[in-house]
Amino acid sequence: MTYDTHTLGRRNFLGGIASLGLLSGLVPTAGWALNEANSMALVDKIVTEINRVIASGKSEAAMISDFERIFARYADVSIIARSALGADSRRASGAQMRAFTSAFQGYVARKYGKRFREFIGGKIEVKGVRPVKSWHEVEATVRLRGQSPFEVLFLVSDKSGKNLFFDMLIEGVSMRLAERTEIGAMLDANNGDIDKLISAVQRAG
Amino acid sequence: MLMTMIVVTLAACSTPPANHPAGEPWDPYENTNRKIHSFNKGVDRAILRPVANTYSGIMGDEVEDAISQFSDNLSMPGAVVNNVLQGNMKGATEDTYRFVVNTTLGLFGFIDVATDLNMPDATDTDFGETLAVWGVPEGAYVERPIFGPSTQRDSFGNLVDLFLNPLDYWIRDPEEYWTAGASVSSTLTQRSRFGSTIDSVLYDSADSYAQSRSLYLQNRRFEVGSTGSDAYLDPYDDPYLDLE
Repeated sequence: MTYDTHTLGRRNFLGGIASLGLLSGLVPTAGWALNEANSMALVDKIVTEINRVIASGKSEAAMISDFERIFARYADVSIIARSALGADSRRASGAQMRAFTSAFQGYVARKYGKRFREFIGGKIEVKGVRPVKSWHEVEATVRLRGQSPFEVLFLVSDKSGKNLFFDMLIEGVSMRLAERTEIGAMLDANNGDIDKLISAVQRAG
Repeated sequence: MLMTMIVVTLAACSTPPANHPAGEPWDPYENTNRKIHSFNKGVDRAILRPVANTYSGIMGDEVEDAISQFSDNLSMPGAVVNNVLQGNMKGATEDTYRFVVNTTLGLFGFIDVATDLNMPDATDTDFGETLAVWGVPEGAYVERPIFGPSTQRDSFGNLVDLFLNPLDYWIRDPEEYWTAGASVSSTLTQRSRFGSTIDSVLYDSADSYAQSRSLYLQNRRFEVGSTGSDAYLDPYDDPYLDLE
């Protein structure tokens, strides 16, 4: 379809989506309590790690595996996966949830890790933090070559027992909710069969 | 006249029934929308994507950027009018300065001097946002032929915006065609520059219609700053609540 500039505005909404690849990486576990300083320090650390991967100039496959390692370590993968599956996660067995979560982790790494090369030369700066409900929202500004800067929010929570990142929003678009739509569509395409969904997720991305 | 239009719009923007599930988009025209979506994908595949890639291959990035700047600058007076209608005088003033600086120092808007001077960002507002500020509900999701995702409120807003830009009343042909051309160029540049992202949404998604709808509504609600009952896709729903 055609996206006319009036509808989308020129804030590079699509550029924003593009940078999901750059940013889907995540939050380190340095702190114990959730406070503003350590939430921000976590995101600072992520940004450094991601920048290192981007600057490494490795092959796509190597970048994807680096990215999966960062994602597994700093994101609350199980809550993101559960949330992507939505209400259907309640009828999944424990074994299915574990298989789905592991498939989902690889899928996210492939889908977003593939895009890393587009962001070579980009820069992310952590701007500030504020408490929202039970978590912290860390704001960062992303500057990519030849584009106006855009805002990214990292949502950090300690409900898993340590500080982890559970969502990121670029120009208002949540990665977690976008994946809920995608996983929901894949589940529909497999007539609601969770085992078939898991195989499809293993192949996707 | 304007008031009559607003009343008509208010009536036309349908609202979901009370039992509509939270978090679900209000999409009563889904069947029609899906047909239009596949038509739009066909247009993208056959025309827009190849033309955009060829165009961007020929034009230098700097030239494309300058044309896009020019096109953006021409939309500023319309944004000023909308800021005034929203009672946002600060935005109206900032956008006016930006327009004046870019039109003069920036050589008719081809160069974005205002950003280099660290002037406040453009508000990028439109009549759809004005309607939101006035309390008009978002209405149903609609996908329009060629123009893609929108809502009832924003489709109507786009239409009104065609008449709200004071510049349109004094730009006559042949200059009129330059401005239309600049807008087409800007669209082609975006299609090419964000090509792999758009491709992944349109051609790699399990359901490209649902994915486009979700991305559009989330981004649009962010731009308009709407909250509360309008926010069917509230990104702040708490994923940890289920566990407690």
